[in-house]
Amino acid sequence: MIITRKIEFSASHVCRNPALSEEENRKLFGLAANPHGHGHNYVLEVSVEGAPDAVTGMVLDLKELKDVLHREVVEPYDHRFLNYEVPPFDRVIPTAENIARDIWLRLEPRLNRPGRHLRLVRLYETPDLWVDYWGNETCSA
Amino acid sequence: MFRVTRRYQFAASHRLHSPLLSEGENERVYGKCNHPYGHGHNYVLEVSARGPLDPAAGSAVNRALLDCLVARQVLEPLDHRNLNADVDWFGPAVPTSENLGIEICRRLKRNWAAVFSGDWPRLEKVRIEETPRNIFEIKADEVE
Repeated sequence: MIITRKIEFSASHVCRNPALSEEENRKLFGLAANPHGHGHNYVLEVSVEGAPDAVTGMVLDLKELKDVLHREVVEPYDHRFLNYEVPPFDRVIPTAENIARDIWLRLEPRLNRPGRHLRLVRLYETPDLWVDYWGNETCSA
Repeated sequence: MFRVTRRYQFAASHRLHSPLLSEGENERVYGKCNHPYGHGHNYVLEVSARGPLDPAAGSAVNRALLDCLVARQVLEPLDHRNLNADVDWFGPAVPTSENLGIEICRRLKRNWAAVFSGDWPRLEKVRIEETPRNIFEIKADEVE
């Protein structure tokens, strides 16, 4: 069984690779390379897979999931400029892919327990663009 | 490995009518979708590609390249068109959203390597919402 919880955070970022020229950054990132940055209302869906506990009937306590998401994602990310305020984005380009992976790395140790594991992180940068990350496994999510 | 999904929209009209069926059978099979002058939808198209991270770009799929491919192969030929009269993709087939989705997927797959020249990213699937309630999904493996 897969359980998904959705949260939102708003943040700004700029996508530039310091090793590349201005022209190459423009070509690669387009408007996202504008030097002073821009923002998004990010929407995050986090899916945990497991079997319901025989006693509680729950895969995990959704209050616990809510608290973990708040502590690990909303608190550090919300209303921040990711490049300047949220490591590792001082050295990692805060693309949707890299943000999704950073969120995965933050959440996996907090959510994986015997009988349940983090299954999928889906990050919407806008309603028209989203990224799925499922760790290093090769299987589809 | 990442999956990147991009969402696009186009508006088009169609009429569901098979030359292989009689007038009565067409009416029975397709109902109001068989009305003689056709009707339209705001189609929503989701294109998903998967791949590993390109370290220089910090990204698995170059959005500008994907947008360009989808614009050229799908949005320009279809947007604000009549699928029966203006689009020559279907031959004798009926422009149902099944056939539309298969044809979009096939066209993206065939033209993929001209835009994405390496092993990755690869087209994974195409999903079409004909209306918010009618949704069609085609995996790239299902088409040539």
